[in-house]
Amino acid sequence: MKQTKFNEMMGFGILGLSAFMVMLILCIIIFDIVIRGAGAISLQFLVDFPKDGMTRGGIFPAIVGTFLVTIITAFFSVPVGVSAAIYLSEYAKEGRLTRLIRSSIRNLAGVPSIVYGLFGVAIFVGGLHFGTSMLSAGLTLGLLTLPWVIATSEEALKTVPQSYREGALALGATKWQSIRSNVLPLAFPGILTGTILGLSRAAGETAPILFTGVAFYLPKLPGSIFNQFMALPYHLYVLSTQHHAIEQVRPLAYGTTLVLIVLILMLNLSAIILRYRLRKKLNW
Amino acid sequence: MNLTKIKEKVIHLFFFMTGISAVVILLGIFLMLLLRGVQTFKDVPFFDFLLATEWNPSAYGEPSYGILSMVVGTFMVTLGAIIIAVPLGIGAAAYIADVASPKLREILKPVIEILAGIPSVVIGFIGIVLVGPLIAKTFGLTSGLNALNGSVLLAVMSLPTIISISEDAIRGVPKDYKEASYALGANRWTTLIRVTLPAAISGIVASVMLGIGRAIGETMTVLMVTGNSLAMPHSFFDSVRTMTATIAIELGEVPYGTTHYYALFAVATILFLMSFIVNLVAELVTAKRRRVRV
Repeated sequence: MKQTKFNEMMGFGILGLSAFMVMLILCIIIFDIVIRGAGAISLQFLVDFPKDGMTRGGIFPAIVGTFLVTIITAFFSVPVGVSAAIYLSEYAKEGRLTRLIRSSIRNLAGVPSIVYGLFGVAIFVGGLHFGTSMLSAGLTLGLLTLPWVIATSEEALKTVPQSYREGALALGATKWQSIRSNVLPLAFPGILTGTILGLSRAAGETAPILFTGVAFYLPKLPGSIFNQFMALPYHLYVLSTQHHAIEQVRPLAYGTTLVLIVLILMLNLSAIILRYRLRKKLNW
Repeated sequence: MNLTKIKEKVIHLFFFMTGISAVVILLGIFLMLLLRGVQTFKDVPFFDFLLATEWNPSAYGEPSYGILSMVVGTFMVTLGAIIIAVPLGIGAAAYIADVASPKLREILKPVIEILAGIPSVVIGFIGIVLVGPLIAKTFGLTSGLNALNGSVLLAVMSLPTIISISEDAIRGVPKDYKEASYALGANRWTTLIRVTLPAAISGIVASVMLGIGRAIGETMTVLMVTGNSLAMPHSFFDSVRTMTATIAIELGEVPYGTTHYYALFAVATILFLMSFIVNLVAELVTAKRRRVRV
């Protein structure tokens, strides 16, 4: 009996240690970036262009570029993704076609991001002649986030109780009227949470934008969606591997990392808080 | 009344079109890769492409297009990542699902989510500034940019996938299984190892497959930390170049329509098929579980 008690303690100890290790990994990453990145951050860093061959100055165009391209991503992936989710949750009947759609969504989520980049080059840059531009990159990222938006939106729609739909239908509403007035408003916060998380992924991606529109350095902000742009993740890649004076620009690389991480954590955190409050409110 | 009906039909059609967009995009990606990829084989014999180790498309006179070294590189870093991430991930998942108090769980779950949200380029940067020097120092190497570094980072990247899906699977095991085990006098540890984990095995396997998929397809982290040497690797201390990294490095400078250009699409086709197969296996295991449950 003592032996088994000992085994249990050891076993749970090892499991706890694994969980602790995972937490430690996150802490080390965040700690290192915050400690060494904080020194580089100043108002100047946030609002200045890179100067002297990117050895001094700030990252303003990269912040703006990431912001703008994420908006383009949202403009594509949110309407298409939410509509697809409405189809799956409200219209589709279980059958071979629906299974195929679901299976495709799961597979799309597993397609390597660099492959999306190639697809973007073939379709948007070449095929539709958008060139290497903010539009091409935004649409490519839109495709990448699409499976994520569909999956989370469908989940949100599924949490709305069936009786809400039936109530509207019983009053003579058409299917679309019932979806619009009784389903979508209730699913909205859940859809928003999923979308924010999806967009925060897109904002941090580098591989899909490498060949579709991101630029090494630009002296001015993009004037239209057909211009190239600078982006935070690519800027970090450049500063840490492609720059001619990598050691010298290390503080700038840390600063860029910190800004990128804060941006993404803020998006993540707002989504997590939103979901938490939602869960408390929605006790059917 | 008729107008409303037509309107409803149109709306239905619209949602249907967006619904099948996923199928169209997946098929589109595959066809685009395949149609361009096969052009390679007008100039390069298929088996030379797969089995030759030398990749030197820009060599003057006689370019070579063998992808074996980079396939081995991809498999090596993925294998290393899985060796690290699977025990750690399943252990953490079991802890979160079965051992941790509800309060601790509320802390751990967001931790996993935040880890999942860290961009790959940031993980790569950490590999350059922290993991690389650590590896170089520990093993007395001149550079820490090698397959081992890539494996460690890919392990970090696939951990959230493995943990969250395994945890779901473990939590999904019906309560009666556990209660039956307790009733027979088994303690919590024995129940977890002998009853709960075996019952959740299909979900756990699926999580590992998806983790592998993530590692195979990851680009920026490996590009930044594995050194990108084209030679056939012999150990985890060698520099390797993965398939994804090759595409990322070379696509930008290759002229459109050349054999080299098409060869990169052929590499991407193989990459696509790998991730497709890995996903399919994950799907098949979970589908089997569903059938058993009902």
